[in-house]
Amino acid sequence: MSGQARDAAIVGIYEYPSRAVDGEVNALQIKAHCAARALADAGLRWQDVDAIYDAAEGAPMSGLTIAEYFGIHPTVIDTTAVGGSSYEFHAAHARRDIAAGKCKVALLTYGSTAHSNAMAIGVGGSGFGGVTPTENMESFAGATLVSNYAMVARRHMHEYGTTSEQLAEISTATRYHAMRNPQAVQAMEDLEFIDIRETTIEDVVNSRMIADPLHLLECCMISDGGGAVVIASAEVARNCAKKPVWILGTGEATKYPQIGADLTTSAAVQSAPIAFGEAGVTAQEIDIAMVYDSFSITVLAILEDLGFCGKGEGGAWVQGGRLRFDQSGGPALNTDGGGLSSNHPGMRGIFLLIEAARQLRGESTAQVVDAKLAVAHGNGGMLGSRHSAGTVILGGD
Amino acid sequence: MAEPNKPVTRPLPKLSELDTAGFWRATQEKKFNYQLCANCGTLVWHPRAHCTGCLDGQLEWHTSAGLGEIYSFSIIRQSYHPFFRGLVPYVLAYVDLDEGPRFLTNVVGIENPDTDVQIGQRVELVWEEHGDLNIPLVRPVA
Repeated sequence: MSGQARDAAIVGIYEYPSRAVDGEVNALQIKAHCAARALADAGLRWQDVDAIYDAAEGAPMSGLTIAEYFGIHPTVIDTTAVGGSSYEFHAAHARRDIAAGKCKVALLTYGSTAHSNAMAIGVGGSGFGGVTPTENMESFAGATLVSNYAMVARRHMHEYGTTSEQLAEISTATRYHAMRNPQAVQAMEDLEFIDIRETTIEDVVNSRMIADPLHLLECCMISDGGGAVVIASAEVARNCAKKPVWILGTGEATKYPQIGADLTTSAAVQSAPIAFGEAGVTAQEIDIAMVYDSFSITVLAILEDLGFCGKGEGGAWVQGGRLRFDQSGGPALNTDGGGLSSNHPGMRGIFLLIEAARQLRGESTAQVVDAKLAVAHGNGGMLGSRHSAGTVILGGD
Repeated sequence: MAEPNKPVTRPLPKLSELDTAGFWRATQEKKFNYQLCANCGTLVWHPRAHCTGCLDGQLEWHTSAGLGEIYSFSIIRQSYHPFFRGLVPYVLAYVDLDEGPRFLTNVVGIENPDTDVQIGQRVELVWEEHGDLNIPLVRPVA
């Protein structure tokens, strides 16, 4: 791993503890609360922040308004908004901006009251209204978000013989981790999950079908929540309260429907080689895989695209519980419990960075012994149509 | 607010959307049109004003014969949309027309979605009429 650039590190993290705020706080308040706690975690102050990264989920035109709300004066303002992976893009841009000497302390925040707003994210419509050309071509068909991912799963099954039992491994591994995370257990209680416990493959495949072939327990929750991440230069990081978690490589990509395109392959095939190449590591060296688990198939397809196994091999590869934190042979998957069983307020990407940093600090509730390398891979938009991919490789100090 | 006397329909395209208006106007004659660039030969899909293959595009409309196959599909069993929740279970599919365009649609004209829809299945266009435009759905080829 010689030659790795260690220009920027995650130095502060915070995940909002509640997943059901009952309308008592709003998204901006969640963002500011998390920002303050993440800065405190780093041993920094509001006044140290000179760069802000925001996906505009809390307020429109946030590049103009969020600094005022926080009461700071950043000189780098980045409002990349590509859905749930926005925060992997933000981390990439923060590292780049720090390396270029444009800033020293970057603040990423996220806040959402999706649950309180009763947003039917998964089974509501996507873009009914016909304002963009693609919406005008597609909205008549009544695709739900789940069904979009379901078509990826169906095609994966058709081409590679992948089974529902294999996909269920994703759900059981994340629930196994969630049951060790008190915040995740509280989240499931607050969101009125029934029968909160470790699940079996049979539990998953016997749960209600939402959009064939995806069952209820293969779909993420809809929570409230938020978080913040502070990224700092090497010089600042050395003086922070916690051990730095270095950003070793990043990659970005988008994919969209095209004639003859392979639905089982995501934009990760473009972003991952760039990120792993920069970091000078391979998927086989990764201890922690924080992969956006909107649905089971999202993880399976992306694990293949990240290079953990070949395309089409994911089903067999995940069998036998290798994704659990206490098993050998594979990376530990979504050790906080993931979007499936801990936290999904609509755009989960920031939690991938937060839990990866916890693992590399040794602070996870499903801690992998001596974890050294993590990948955080965000998928924004919809896997089966237009989506974004942000890959971030992180390393311990 | 729901308008009491307005029937609940599927979401309909807007003829005012400039890139796709030409496509939807052609559906009045039950034609599924796509664009080919006379300059570089690129098939441009979805419809739009510019060629994605060259800088001096000359896009011309061509009409599909209306046959294709199912690339992938899902049987939707839960929807909160006022129209589609009354339609469950219904079949969403990506269909590859023989000329190339892959489009999102519903498979209709089937008795049992659990058994009557497969990837690779041959389908043909069937038009759902909505006055000033028609919606391209598909059904299995007999």
